Amino acid sequence: MASIWRYANPRKFIETTDRVLPWVSTAALAALVAGLAWGFFFTPDDYRQGSTVKIIYLHVPAALMAINIWIMMLVASLVWIVRRHHVSALAARAAAPVGAVMTVIALVTGAIWGQPMWGTWWAWDPRLTSFLILFLFYLGYMALWAAIENDDTAADLTSVLCLVGSVFALLSRYAVNFWNQGLHQGASLSLDKEEHVADVFYYPLLLCIAGFVLLFIALVFLRTQTEIRARRMRALQARERLG
Amino acid sequence: MIALLGRDMRLAVRAGGGFGLGLAFFLIVVTLVPFGVGPQSALLARIAPGILWLGALLACLLSLDRIFALDWEDGSLDLLATSPLPLEAAVSIKALAHWLTSAVPLIVAAPLFALLLSLPQAGYVPLVASLALGTPALGVIGTFGAALTVGLKRGGLLLSLLVLPLYVPTLIFGAEMARRGTEGLDTTTPMLMLAGISFGVIAVLPFASAAVLRVNLR
Amino acid sequence: MMMPELGKYAGAVLSSYAVAIGLIVALIVVSVLRARRVKRDLEEVENRGRGNGTH
Repeated sequence: MASIWRYANPRKFIETTDRVLPWVSTAALAALVAGLAWGFFFTPDDYRQGSTVKIIYLHVPAALMAINIWIMMLVASLVWIVRRHHVSALAARAAAPVGAVMTVIALVTGAIWGQPMWGTWWAWDPRLTSFLILFLFYLGYMALWAAIENDDTAADLTSVLCLVGSVFALLSRYAVNFWNQGLHQGASLSLDKEEHVADVFYYPLLLCIAGFVLLFIALVFLRTQTEIRARRMRALQARERLG
Repeated sequence: MIALLGRDMRLAVRAGGGFGLGLAFFLIVVTLVPFGVGPQSALLARIAPGILWLGALLACLLSLDRIFALDWEDGSLDLLATSPLPLEAAVSIKALAHWLTSAVPLIVAAPLFALLLSLPQAGYVPLVASLALGTPALGVIGTFGAALTVGLKRGGLLLSLLVLPLYVPTLIFGAEMARRGTEGLDTTTPMLMLAGISFGVIAVLPFASAAVLRVNLR
Repeated sequence: MMMPELGKYAGAVLSSYAVAIGLIVALIVVSVLRARRVKRDLEEVENRGRGNGTH
């Protein structure tokens, strides 16, 4: 029976990802190197932003991943709550540090970009502020995982936190919008031709986004394997202590 | 239910955590601010709504870990969980007791502290109203955080890290309402948002808190 | 490959690439190292379990 729930079996998950992992990592590396090289070496400067437009190939994919990784964690947490597959909870745990790093990259490249463009490293712009808040959510989530010893308890508590946090992150997004109108550019990827970036920047950007997504998949596979093994090891050690 | 409420409030007061400590903390924050930013009353008046909101938020945070800690230690939390009273109700009652002992005194004393920060006359009513509307949300969200960290030995710092990001929307709308009121602007939008957050949170979050408590009691 | 002309924003562009790539590489290195260590430790624990005949 070909069902996605087959991969909820930890052993099956490790087997499958072991087979897929080299391909995904190679593809991620290729897409990243090609996309970043294309963007860095072979695209023209923007007439207003000069060469700083090259930062877009890092900033936009990282920002996208920062949000989507949280959404992936939310889905994984829901799967854990409903179906109680350990792999799901562990995948959410494995994804969180990746998301936090992506948020940092988005924030740092944004600050470096903002300095020449807006004349300041940091402004309390709604999007910047929301990302800072998102980063705090990642920190809290990871800290809660780290603080609780029992694996199942930790999975339950962090899942609920992820759910509640998602609602509050959304609320914060709107609250922050209300609180301060920003300097930020429109959506770079909008389908609306007027708003999104010119084609010369668009295609290498898409390639970079693909690279970031593949990299995330590869990292989550690897890190989830690690979490599964670590969990099994803790279980074995606990049994040893008892026996 | 009434008995639980009364018991929780008595415990809070007796532990010295209730009325006294939160108020004293609030007073200290208000006293320290002019040392930090300078005594010019024009500046103080401008930042007063924000400072008072932050002070209330921190004072509320300070007493959160006590909501469940005592009951956890002596095992009465297990009794609560197995009693006929639904855990959701017990959690709500505890949040209410926390609000009554730590937030209500602050709301009552807020005009006095506003005076110290030379808040303009027009700001008093919106400030008190925004605190009255917003602090229940702070209490209920805080109860959720306290339920998450109840089993941990050194949960205090983690509790702050978990709860403070959740406070962001409440703080924004609350402080915005007080600020707009002070400047004589229309406060309807932030007031409605603040009320929406409070009521929504009171309606939904006790279920999450109770679920989390059950996990921790397992 | 020739270095493109970055003009007066060279510092900004290069530093953001350096920071981002540095962070990503660090993340990958940490993940791979931890994966290796945990895998090795788990094998050790599993073998020990079998050796004792408790398994």
